Amino acid sequence: MSRDKRISHDGAIATLESGMTIGIGGWGSRRKPMSLVRALLRSDLTDLTIVSYGGPDVGLLAAAGKIRKLVYGFVSLDSIPLEPHFRAARQQGTITECVEYDEGMLQWALYAGSLRLPFLPTRAGLGSGVMDVNASLRTVRSPYDDAEELLAVPAIRLDAAFVHLNRSDQSGNAQYLGPDLYFDDLFLNATDPGRRFVSCERVVSTGQLLDEGTFHTLRINRSMVDGVIEAPNGAHFTNCQPDYERDESFQKEYATAAGDPERWSAFTDRFLSGDEAAYQLAVADWRAAP
Amino acid sequence: MNHLADIVVVAAAEAFRGDGEIFASGMGTIPMLGARLARSTFEPALMVSDGEAFFVGNELPIGGTDKLVEGWIPFRTVFDTLWGGRRHVMMGASQIDARGNTNIANIGPWSKPKAQLLGVRGGPGNTINHATSFWIPKHAPTVFTARVDMVSGIGYDRAEALGPWVQAHHDLRRVVTNLAVLDFECPERCMRLRSVHPDVSVDDVVAATGFDLIIPDDVPTSRVPSDAELEVLARLDPKGLRLREVPDPG
Repeated sequence: MSRDKRISHDGAIATLESGMTIGIGGWGSRRKPMSLVRALLRSDLTDLTIVSYGGPDVGLLAAAGKIRKLVYGFVSLDSIPLEPHFRAARQQGTITECVEYDEGMLQWALYAGSLRLPFLPTRAGLGSGVMDVNASLRTVRSPYDDAEELLAVPAIRLDAAFVHLNRSDQSGNAQYLGPDLYFDDLFLNATDPGRRFVSCERVVSTGQLLDEGTFHTLRINRSMVDGVIEAPNGAHFTNCQPDYERDESFQKEYATAAGDPERWSAFTDRFLSGDEAAYQLAVADWRAAP
Repeated sequence: MNHLADIVVVAAAEAFRGDGEIFASGMGTIPMLGARLARSTFEPALMVSDGEAFFVGNELPIGGTDKLVEGWIPFRTVFDTLWGGRRHVMMGASQIDARGNTNIANIGPWSKPKAQLLGVRGGPGNTINHATSFWIPKHAPTVFTARVDMVSGIGYDRAEALGPWVQAHHDLRRVVTNLAVLDFECPERCMRLRSVHPDVSVDDVVAATGFDLIIPDDVPTSRVPSDAELEVLARLDPKGLRLREVPDPG
């Protein structure tokens, strides 16, 4: 009999401690677990290490001063190439430690973590600036006849993982219905049991999981998940296809506000001062009267 | 009278000539049009994506939604494809040096950049695994620099230091700009002037480049589009987005 793992946003956040390493799924401004990020913003947690193919998740956490160390493949809003808060944080040097990887290197780091290996070898990154600015990166020589020297991407293990999927049952068998899983499975698998959280648009019964997608969409199973959070529109303002597209006009509002301290303060007052329900209401009000 | 935008799209298409059945990946309007023009004309086996997660088998206009899906290419498969070498990307570069080291990451020191740009993104993996070309809309000494601030894509000097496998697979194909087409097809593997666009002189290119180029005795003029190619371009870019991105000079 599988367990009911449903939990509230704040219940999930209450399991975390300052200084932890948190992996955030999705990609850029696509299917990000934004409701969990917003819950993190409301918490007192600080000194976090964030691992992400970053979008507004990184931007918001950076702007709130939550990040001590950031490990990223990139940080972008997709239709707006440069994430304004991330850009400001980098240029002002407000994040204590940054680890910038080639996009494929980050996959390898999470995959090594998932497989409980110390590293995985690759050529991606060799000879590049990534090695110039990450003094801790090491190479490894092939033990076979080629004796090629390869980059040994160190495994990343996470204390907690947040991902947002389209559907899940109450025990964490979760489903993506859009075009790309991104690396959500790796974020979950690189995390020890305890703090692996899946938010989803809708919790359905196990029997309903194949109503909207084929078995190929069931890439997250309950052995990978500790907590399920029902969060309709939870990826807003990033996309969550096919349930909804990115809210481009709101993203523009976010990016514009982020460029100006006064407007940013007004933005946080209007949208980020209450709980998730308050956020969704504030967005609905904004849509009616921007 | 040929539009400059059409000339650069044809030059971008020419970068993919001979590539066969691989993923022709274009970042931005001009590279994307180049890949799609090549496939619609002289390089029909090329595979192109919708920029999201699907290979499209039909002639898809920029921003078009009427897709004939012929394959699925989520990001994990993109990485598999590029690490497997079955890809040629044409991407941007904010800085490029004589050996083809490129920078899309940041201006100023990485530790505290003066300007944070895109970050290295997939540049390191692209340049070490498969053919890479570049589209640079404004050829200027600040872009064609003696030294790049952060190496997001490795040039020939760095590739040469990495051993025989990398030397055999590292392949910087073309650099297309608003003035000229450049390549590395010389024994020195340094940037060489391949052709100048109509009404551009070799001196114009030299003046806009912050390092010494290899300049052959005879520099041809870049190829202009054929009538057939212009018809294809009218279908691929009915709104003329390329003309907005690359206006005619003057």
